[in-house]
Amino acid sequence: MLNIAITIAAVLMCLSLMLNLWRLFKGPSRPDRILALDTMYINSIALIILFGIFSRTTLYFEAALLIAMLGFVSTAAMCKYILRGDLIE
Amino acid sequence: MNLLWVVLLPLIGTLVPLFTERFGRNICAFCVALLPAWSLILVLMYAPDIFNGQAIRQTIEWIPAIGLEVSFRLDGLSLLFLLLILGIGLLVILYARYYLSLKDSMSRFYVYLMLFMAAMVGIVTSNNLIQLWMFWELTSISSFLLISFWSHKSEARKGARMALTVTGAGGLALLAGLLLIGRIVGSYDLDTVLASSDIIHAHAAYPVALILVLLGAFTKSAQFPFHFWLPHAMAAPTPVSAYLHSATMVKAGIFLMARFYPVLAGTDLWFIIVSLTGLTTLLLGAYIALFKHDLKGLLAYSTISHLGLITLLLGLNSPLAAVAAIFHIINHATFKASLFMAAGIIDHESGSRDMRQLNGLWQYMPYTATLAIVAALAMAGVPLLNGFLSKEMFFAETLNQSVLGSLSWTIPLLAVIGAAFSVAYSLRFIHDVFFNGQPVDLPKTPQEPPRYVRIPVEILVALCLLVGIFPAFVVGDLLHIASFAVLDHTVPVHNLAIWHGLNLPLLMSFMAMVGGVILYYNRRHLFEFQSHFDTTDAKHIFERTIQSLVKAAESITNTLENGSLQRYVFTLLLCTLVMGGLPLIELTQNSGTRASIPLDGVTIVCALLMIFSAVATVIWHRRRFLALIFLSVVGLIVSLTFAKFSAPDLALTQLSVEIVTIILLLLALFFLPQSSLKESSNRRLSVDLLVAGLIGCVIGTLCYAMLTTPLNTMSDFFIANSKTGGGGTNVVNVILVDFRGFDTLGEIIVLGIAALGIFKLIANMRIAIPARDDKGRAWSNDPHPMMLEVVSQSLLPLALLVSAYIFLRGHNMPGGGFIAGLITSVAIIQQYIAHGVQWIKPRVTIDYQWIIASGILIATATGLGSWLFGQAFLSTWFDYFSLPWIGKFELASAMLFDLGVYLTVVGAVMLILANLGKLTTSERLDIQENN
Repeated sequence: MLNIAITIAAVLMCLSLMLNLWRLFKGPSRPDRILALDTMYINSIALIILFGIFSRTTLYFEAALLIAMLGFVSTAAMCKYILRGDLIE
Repeated sequence: MNLLWVVLLPLIGTLVPLFTERFGRNICAFCVALLPAWSLILVLMYAPDIFNGQAIRQTIEWIPAIGLEVSFRLDGLSLLFLLLILGIGLLVILYARYYLSLKDSMSRFYVYLMLFMAAMVGIVTSNNLIQLWMFWELTSISSFLLISFWSHKSEARKGARMALTVTGAGGLALLAGLLLIGRIVGSYDLDTVLASSDIIHAHAAYPVALILVLLGAFTKSAQFPFHFWLPHAMAAPTPVSAYLHSATMVKAGIFLMARFYPVLAGTDLWFIIVSLTGLTTLLLGAYIALFKHDLKGLLAYSTISHLGLITLLLGLNSPLAAVAAIFHIINHATFKASLFMAAGIIDHESGSRDMRQLNGLWQYMPYTATLAIVAALAMAGVPLLNGFLSKEMFFAETLNQSVLGSLSWTIPLLAVIGAAFSVAYSLRFIHDVFFNGQPVDLPKTPQEPPRYVRIPVEILVALCLLVGIFPAFVVGDLLHIASFAVLDHTVPVHNLAIWHGLNLPLLMSFMAMVGGVILYYNRRHLFEFQSHFDTTDAKHIFERTIQSLVKAAESITNTLENGSLQRYVFTLLLCTLVMGGLPLIELTQNSGTRASIPLDGVTIVCALLMIFSAVATVIWHRRRFLALIFLSVVGLIVSLTFAKFSAPDLALTQLSVEIVTIILLLLALFFLPQSSLKESSNRRLSVDLLVAGLIGCVIGTLCYAMLTTPLNTMSDFFIANSKTGGGGTNVVNVILVDFRGFDTLGEIIVLGIAALGIFKLIANMRIAIPARDDKGRAWSNDPHPMMLEVVSQSLLPLALLVSAYIFLRGHNMPGGGFIAGLITSVAIIQQYIAHGVQWIKPRVTIDYQWIIASGILIATATGLGSWLFGQAFLSTWFDYFSLPWIGKFELASAMLFDLGVYLTVVGAVMLILANLGKLTTSERLDIQENN
């Protein structure tokens, strides 16, 4: 039962990752693209957690944690860049 | 007593002038003389043993694993040279005290001089070929410093450069020769080499080794055709010339030939090369010396000539000739050093060295004149002086050779002609300078020099006389033991006496005297004859050659290194392609025996995502921000790949590095054009595309072949020993902090240096930034949005907690100091982004440089700590403890080391990023006000 749920979830996540990449290609504006990247971070977290549940291990949890934390910093930095140009003022 | 001290004392003596200069010149000179004098006393204490036919050796192991040792020996030949080097060295120290003017830095002069002396002592006492060569090079360098002592003079600089180039090039040849000899014999130990004469003679590489060693000796001893540097080295202060160009430096080449006489001499090749080179040099030097108007120039060419004479004697392959050569080494050193000193006195007291101006000095300085005349007569080979004895031995030897087959009778004739010129230029030295009318336009009125400056000359001239009158009594024993060392313990019978009866050598001496007087008497005709030739200055030819060499080197460099990064990458990749691709052609099968991992949908999708993003990065590389976003996607998927293939440590590292890199690129991107123009032609693009594609194929094939081949790698060892040896279950971390801890230490030091370098580069750089973005829109007015501020601030403690967690568990689970350091840095950088520098400044008061330094110190101290317990550097210690409430836990010294890594990473990343961020801080406000 769990495996079926994981498979379905993984397929959906892959689908959304591909759609994210499509948005990234298409744009058209910079915020669109940054948003696409940020969503990719979120979806990768989901993939890693799914993989952890599937493998019955907690070993990958920290990777997900780091993506969550650092992905935010990356997105914030890019937004700051298009808002002000200068990251650290 | 210790033989090592004989070398060490002069070497320590190089420091003496620095500390004693402040006490005045007399005390300085006195103190400088103390250590060589002590060294000389040590040598003299060894002398009785040497005279009994012993050779003293002392060896200290240096790098025993590769057979390198510091080894010294003292035998008859070394003793002779040590007496010359240290004895004349002491006289030169005294002489230089009065010669150097108040403008010259005395301490600098003495430092160079002592360095040179130590190097010479090292050469003559070395018992190891490599060590000998090292001291040999040290003489080249220290003589360069001495010759260029008056560095404000162009000719001093040029002369020094020429001497260094010629003797340095010879030194390289010598090194090759010595290495070859070491290879032939199988040892660099001089004793072993000297005992292997048969092996060396029989070896096929003997001619090569001989020529290489002789190149070293000939360049050093100014033999034709390398003689040209010596006259130009006369730009040195006269004490230097008196020391280097009479007794020591140029004698080093002679010493080398004498030292290797037992193993290299005795063959026809040696005979031909050495004797003919010596003969040519002898004649050329003697001839040119007569035409030199410069006093020191005359002495320089005379030195070349006498060195040629010694070389010729060594080349004759006869034991008696070798004895004569050694005898002449002693005699030449004494009379030439005194002549140089006398020339220096004349120059000093009259202000000129030009013999066309210097005339009739006898009436101004009769005492100095007497000394100089006696020395010059010794140089001419007049009876009752030492030069006569060795010259007569030389004549006798020229009669006993057959260098040129049936034409060998020309050699004695040429020897007499050379000797006649020698008499002629000696006469010129005496007559032109001290007699021959009145001085012409001298800058100063000549007078007798101070008492003490004459003492060295007096001692040397007295020696010339003593040796000349009582040869057997004064130098008989010394000559015997020196020959004993050179001739491998069989000294031929020789008779040191003034009168050998009426024989052919005496007649030749007489003919040379008469011929010399006739030559000098007819000198005007000779000068007239000589003036028809173009005299090309060796300096110009040398400079021209060097210039063209430099130009050629520059053009090659410029062709290879034209400043285009694309070109470098292209060349590099092309080389990789050739080196890596060619062996692949020979590889018939690229898939190994290892079974493939089953493929699943998620992996395929991720691979596609990565491929598309990578290609998109390339396609949009001119729109830089866009390319950066695609690059982030690639990085993200790479991290996912690491996670998928059981490398959580790599995944964590990749993620944190990825984010730090993006921030760094964003910071730098702002100062660069937002989009770059298309600069490469289509042809260039297609070539680049082709190379890149091929490289991709090669690397892909390599990876595939690698991954499908089951290999026994070192990983198995690490996995097996990680827990038992390093006390951690996370193999990656144990490798970093324990197995390869020394590498990590080196890496964090490099990281620290790089960060400091970047800091130094951008510390005072300020860049004005545009008021609008690349689309022409005004920037947002809110530099620090409140929402970002609040979220970032609440993120900080959480991020630090995660960082601490990752750090602490690193030894056993994925994590460690490096990742933790990056997480901490990113968390702090986020505060910079959200709040700005002004907000951070009062809150973070620690200098990042201090963090780097303390990190490296902690890591190093952890490594050193293991010494306290008698363990090797960076050995780890770990044990398990338990506490109430907490339970069982582990403590490992590796954790302290990891703390050092953590601090260095935090310091380095923050130093770079925060300072890059500060580039615009102040300027930005100004621009806004202007708007």
